[in-house]
Amino acid sequence: MYYNVFGEKVSRARYREMLRAAENRRELIAAGATSRRDLFKMGLLTAGGMLAATSGLSSRAYGQSINGGTNQLCLPNNQPASPPTTPWVEPLPVMPIAQRVQSLTPTPTENPNTAAGEVRAAPFQAPQIDPNRFPVVPRTLYQMRQRALTVTHSPQLPAQTVWGFDDGTHATSPGPTYRAFYGRPQLTRNINALPPATQNGGFGMPSVTTHLHNAHNPSESDGNPCDFYGIGHFCDQYYPNVLAGFNSDHAPNGDINESLSTLWYHDHRVDFTSQNTYKGLVGFYCLFNQFDTGDETEGFRLPSFPQFDIPLAFADKVYDPTTGLLAFDLFNLDGILGDKFLVNGKIQPFFNVQPRRYRFRLLDTGPSRFYSFFLTDLNNLGANNPFWVIANDGNLLPAPVQVQTVRIGPAERVDIIIDFSQFAGKTIYLENRLNQFNGQGPVDDFGPNGTSLECSTVLGTTVPSILAAGQGNLLLQFRVAGGRVVDNSLPPSQQTFYQLPSTAAEPDVVRTFKFDRLNGQWSINGQFMDCNTFRFTVQQNSVENWILFNQSGDWTHPIHIHLEEHQILSRNRVPPPLPAEQSRKDVTQLHPNERVKLFFRFRDWVGKYPIHCHNVVHEDHAMMALWHVLPQGDTVMTP
Amino acid sequence: MKLLGKDLGRRSFLNVAATAAVATSGPRAAVAAAGESVASKFVPETPETARRRVQQQHLPNIPLITHEGKEVRFYDDLIKDKVVMLNFFYALCGDVCPAVTANLVEVQKLLGDQVGRDIFMYSFTLKPEADDVLAIRNYRETFGAGPGWTFLTGNPDDMEKLRRAIGFTNPRPEVDRDTTQHIGNVRYGNEPLMLWAACPGMAKALYIVESVSWVLRPDTNHVQAP
Repeated sequence: MYYNVFGEKVSRARYREMLRAAENRRELIAAGATSRRDLFKMGLLTAGGMLAATSGLSSRAYGQSINGGTNQLCLPNNQPASPPTTPWVEPLPVMPIAQRVQSLTPTPTENPNTAAGEVRAAPFQAPQIDPNRFPVVPRTLYQMRQRALTVTHSPQLPAQTVWGFDDGTHATSPGPTYRAFYGRPQLTRNINALPPATQNGGFGMPSVTTHLHNAHNPSESDGNPCDFYGIGHFCDQYYPNVLAGFNSDHAPNGDINESLSTLWYHDHRVDFTSQNTYKGLVGFYCLFNQFDTGDETEGFRLPSFPQFDIPLAFADKVYDPTTGLLAFDLFNLDGILGDKFLVNGKIQPFFNVQPRRYRFRLLDTGPSRFYSFFLTDLNNLGANNPFWVIANDGNLLPAPVQVQTVRIGPAERVDIIIDFSQFAGKTIYLENRLNQFNGQGPVDDFGPNGTSLECSTVLGTTVPSILAAGQGNLLLQFRVAGGRVVDNSLPPSQQTFYQLPSTAAEPDVVRTFKFDRLNGQWSINGQFMDCNTFRFTVQQNSVENWILFNQSGDWTHPIHIHLEEHQILSRNRVPPPLPAEQSRKDVTQLHPNERVKLFFRFRDWVGKYPIHCHNVVHEDHAMMALWHVLPQGDTVMTP
Repeated sequence: MKLLGKDLGRRSFLNVAATAAVATSGPRAAVAAAGESVASKFVPETPETARRRVQQQHLPNIPLITHEGKEVRFYDDLIKDKVVMLNFFYALCGDVCPAVTANLVEVQKLLGDQVGRDIFMYSFTLKPEADDVLAIRNYRETFGAGPGWTFLTGNPDDMEKLRRAIGFTNPRPEVDRDTTQHIGNVRYGNEPLMLWAACPGMAKALYIVESVSWVLRPDTNHVQAP
């Protein structure tokens, strides 16, 4: 018989985990966590001298380490690791393309069909602007049921019950990928078909609202966090697929330089988004136009979709060592890290590629981890393997930028081009080398040579903010075929895309948002999320500058604003340094003590939208504010 | 009103799921074989064991003493089968606690007779060495907390275990030790339904009431004016 700290019976395996965790903890405390030898002995240092990511979920004691767990900023936490899994044994899943339906029953209506069980805040705006262009029932219709699915994340873990999307043909998590086109409005009926909470496996709220992240969408179809509905209800969401400016400064077709391409959809239920997205309610929405066509023989000649244009959804998760099932730290306020890395729903899969160019759409689905992606050849660790960044947050840059690494945080996307012809016949890896120990964000890099000043001091050893090649988290294995193949895509060095819209216009209002933490309570301008309070009103079709100011000390916040994209005018009063940050964004990383100034044009639609931190644990704990766009705005400078 | 989303029976659910697994995970045989060998390594889970796992990881059954001097167990007596609101305070806390406690008094008034019947409120001291039964009773009476809202103290080690278990911690050790910077949030949850969340203790009282109602009635629909 084995017992945990509560005097309850536990399995032998679990008991062994508990003993190991307790021993680690005692050693940590006894050693003061300063000696390199001790760290090595505890398995926290690898042979290469790097701190190993051996731990699970949270920045605090969890599970069996409840009893006396110690908080440490710069060490992996003392909590059970997920069961071992062998990487590179399963192929990368590529989500199927979402399938349309011929009709919906009952037929969608301009006003919410409350009698049939629809939950929607307001009538569709688009048909009121132009009923011919935006008919209430467009030709392109989808029906997506949010429901439980049984999937395998690894052959060494039991079947998992997750939540995903079912388009009537495919039921997957991440959900089917929408293939959408500008000029082709569409409507999705999102139906809550989740099981009751008693079958949630320990976490997950069977109450949903699906947000289409970065769409230039009318508010009633945006998937507002406060417009949620229970099992058996639905919401018809109208996606006009129209360029910003179509009903204002670039009528009637909108500004081509505001074209979007890589969007994603996810649950946004207020207070429960972290649980529901962790459980699988995420998916891609790829939006094409006459230039970014999905066909490499025309337009910008980007690699063809879907064969050579692959969405990649990254997620880090923890599995319970006893049951082998997905585990979620329900009682975390800081942010959640996992020790298993999934791509498109598989832990460390492999992908067979041809020796040619591919476009990858990288998405960090969170909950709280930041990634610095590198290409790693384990047989040649000294090599710098460049690739091209073509889009930031799904928005094509003026021209591709060649890089050796790119960093994204929760909810951010980056589209990259990898030319595998340089690796023909080899095996290479997509690796995350960013050092992060908890939900606060990546370790700082204020020390010499990109080291963490604080962690190096705390641990008495050099702690790099970027780990050495091969010492990070290997995420995805590329097995590159040999020989030569046809590649009709244009080399990135020869490509140009859209110009950045001008940010010269004087703002009508400059608003300041201070992101803070007061006694563990996440706040914006000292106030908390409240579904019943709108904090300010932006005038429709006006220009504003927003200053985001991080007063929360050590925390990094990826800040997301709905409806309109922004451009970063300055970080700490200087223009953003990275070429890839000189772009159109919908999430901006707000690092400790930073002040970031953003440029916005709020066009075309009216209604309610949120601004929030997209570390979904912070978001769920009130780091969000609601605001309006209306014909008459206000000038509240610190809303 | 379940007009469109039907609860699938277990059999039809498994059939659909198997199809989905084939679509996303390659050959069916390989998945099935792996599933069998893997299953023996892990303890199978049911809704009951899932609930038990939440309890084991987060809801320790530690002994506590109420403001009335009654001995209770955290899980068995306070949490099990209930919808609850949890927060921390200490009697001599000068800043955040009075604000949160006064706010929760408003919350209790708004909830009315639901408190003690449908929803149970618990406040735990962060300083059990100082806060004996008399101290927490006085604190409770000072603020005018009503029936159904229990203040609790206990053995310091147990209280610390509880604080960590339900996540009222800061990752910075020096901040975590500083009780003036303690976590001012209110956990709310429905234990049998395994629904847990938290909101700021200084959020508007009406909004805290609304938040806890979501776990009391998870089928609630919500829309606000556009």
